[in-house]
Amino acid sequence: MVACECKCEEPGKDELSKQLELIIDEYRGKSSGLIQVLTKAQELIGYLPKWALISIAKGLGVSLQEVYGVVTFYAFFSLIPRGRHKISVCAGTACYVKGTNMVIKTIREALGIKPGQTTPDSRYTLEIVRCIGACGLAPAMIIDGKDVHGRLEAEQIPEILEQYA
Amino acid sequence: MITLTIDNQKIAVEEGTTILQAAKKLGINIPTLCYLEKINEIGACRLCVVEVQGAKAFVPSCVAPVAEGMVVRTNTPAIVKARKLVLELILSDHPMECLTCVRNGNCELQTLAEQFGIKEIRFDGAKTEYPIDDSTPAIIRDPRKCVLCRRCISVCKEVQTVSVLTAQERGFDSVIAPAFNAKLADVECVQCGQCSLVCPTGAIQERDDTDKVWAALADPKKHVVVQTAPATRVQVGETLGMEPGSIVTGKMVAGLRRLGFDKVFDTDFTADLTIMEEGNELLQRIQTGGTLPMITSCSPGWIKFAEHFYPDLLAHLSTCKSPQQMFGPLAKTYYAEKEGIDPADVYCVSIMPCTAKKFECGRPEMDDSGYQDVDVVLTSRELGRMFKQANINLPGLPEEEYDAPLGISTGAGEIFGASGGVMEAALRTVYEVVTGKELPDINFKDCRGITGVKEATVQVGDLPVKIAITNGLGNARKVLDKIRAGEADYHFIEIMCCPGGCIGGGGSPIPTNTEIRLKRIDATYIEDERMVLRKSHDNPAVKVLYEEFLEKPLGHKSHELLHTHYTPRGLWQEEE
Ligand code: SF4
Ligand code: SF4
Ligand code: SF4
Ligand code: FES
Repeated sequence: MVACECKCEEPGKDELSKQLELIIDEYRGKSSGLIQVLTKAQELIGYLPKWALISIAKGLGVSLQEVYGVVTFYAFFSLIPRGRHKISVCAGTACYVKGTNMVIKTIREALGIKPGQTTPDSRYTLEIVRCIGACGLAPAMIIDGKDVHGRLEAEQIPEILEQYA
Repeated sequence: MITLTIDNQKIAVEEGTTILQAAKKLGINIPTLCYLEKINEIGACRLCVVEVQGAKAFVPSCVAPVAEGMVVRTNTPAIVKARKLVLELILSDHPMECLTCVRNGNCELQTLAEQFGIKEIRFDGAKTEYPIDDSTPAIIRDPRKCVLCRRCISVCKEVQTVSVLTAQERGFDSVIAPAFNAKLADVECVQCGQCSLVCPTGAIQERDDTDKVWAALADPKKHVVVQTAPATRVQVGETLGMEPGSIVTGKMVAGLRRLGFDKVFDTDFTADLTIMEEGNELLQRIQTGGTLPMITSCSPGWIKFAEHFYPDLLAHLSTCKSPQQMFGPLAKTYYAEKEGIDPADVYCVSIMPCTAKKFECGRPEMDDSGYQDVDVVLTSRELGRMFKQANINLPGLPEEEYDAPLGISTGAGEIFGASGGVMEAALRTVYEVVTGKELPDINFKDCRGITGVKEATVQVGDLPVKIAITNGLGNARKVLDKIRAGEADYHFIEIMCCPGGCIGGGGSPIPTNTEIRLKRIDATYIEDERMVLRKSHDNPAVKVLYEEFLEKPLGHKSHELLHTHYTPRGLWQEEE
């Protein structure tokens, strides 16, 4: 599912929204429950879409800005649907100099998504991150938070991606 | 009491005092950046660090409480170095645009850089690239100049309870903006400008409309009239280096003439008119069982707040337009007719202590004269800028009088600028209209001062009139929630959006703090006492206006030109 800008309803939103209200009920009017509710909401939906943040803000009696601030502060929360595999391309200084842009362009061409997006088959999510500490291997990317792939060249990238089903 | 030593001087202070406050008592000024007394005490910037004997690291003095026997040093070479480092890091991600910046010469960051003798920035960091948000008619945000002090967030959330700003993302990507990096025009921002008052830099500022006014003044076809809000005469002097609380009424009039305005009129005139309309509306509501309590409608930030957050209470708002918006249509009908000028050529400028007035004058319904009633609104800060550009030395000018007829006013119109002033002015008139007797004492002292919520009962003939007065939107909520819960038995409520009333409006000179607000309030009541006439119904020009044109308060013409309606607005960035 692509995080699109259009206003189409996501499948099953009504059902999810009902279940979300049940989660919120436990903390209704209590701003102290914000992080717990967000965590459970993300477990339920898989990520935190805008409609969910609005319901949570209303339910707990806090502003949307407060909810959004917390969501963007903790890396654990995601505003976009996540794929099975997370590709994190390093944009630290060393990588940047050696070709972060090339890496992103190649992935974009291979998968058809921009950073911050997920492929329609929910296989990959692409993001750009600050230095991952693999400067010796620049330009580098890290997949699923554990596999570092370094000294990347455009031709190799599709092969690497293929390994993640 | 707690005894401690700061820079070798002993002092005893109460428990819970911060090191910063204790040092201040000793006359030691520790530099600060993010700190804003009682509003933003979060220890974010670390410019205020001091050395505490025995502590492993420097402590931020604005949040660190004193402790018994503490030994503090505030300006060792190591501390100076640490503070310089903080500044250099901020400046490494700051556009060096002082020469073309609205805050040039009045910027806390610039002052600190000068004070610490920053000569070079040793770090060549990446620059933040968030775009400028100029989506609203009143407020412009430039995240590039933001130092992430969070004062704007605190003022918007804690003082105004509007809460449209938040810090989002982490580290270098941090930005202060509405959720989803939305534009201010698309959220509940009421355009009050309180954030622009507290921002230490040029990251939040008013939209500068001076070019439009210069262009109108240069156009020989245009008949350019100006109105000045009650609060401006106790503000504008500050923009040109005069002491807070300086009264510059006559000098401001002289200065405006020298800028080339064809007529210099006064919003105080339409403030008096507002009292005639609103006072009668109140009596009518009381006598005919209309919606009570009735709430004042002079403050456009408050109006927008009500439309977003209390749409269910809109029937409580007086239907009177604000004095600014009563002036516009009269200038383009009554005045134009009287003078034989084509209203299409009348260009109507207002000088306001307020950013929300810029939003108000562009509201689509504000065209009852057949034209946009008020063409452009300048804040006190912008007028100060025009005086500077024209090389007008305000303090040295003679005192001149406003033009007739729309420049004639009473003390009642003048006190609109301070919290409680509209209420006091209304009481002066309502009392005499109802009882037919002269007020023994026209000073309603219960209405005055900057207490957040003021309440009183005033005996008007047989009727005990229950009133409430609030300033700052957080305080308005307290009273509004009571109305919602059916627990309010007031007749009349004055609500002002900004702390202290208009004299503390978002378009005021910078700095504006509690101390300065109090000085401007004192000056306001001095002006009131200096006036020969102090009750709106005594205003001779208002009487003539009714005789010649409007006929009577709440009459047909009044409804057409001086009254308005409100628009319920959404919340939460929801799609309709
Ligand atoms: S915000 Fe201050 S330091 Fe920055 S450009 Fe403007 S005047 Fe200069
Ligand atoms: S103008 Fe007022 S409501 Fe809008 S962001 Fe600033 S403080 Fe908040
Ligand atoms: S916009 Fe101004 S007040 Fe707000 S955090 Fe940035 S520098 Fe501070
Ligand atoms: S002023 Fe104390 S941390 Fe900013």
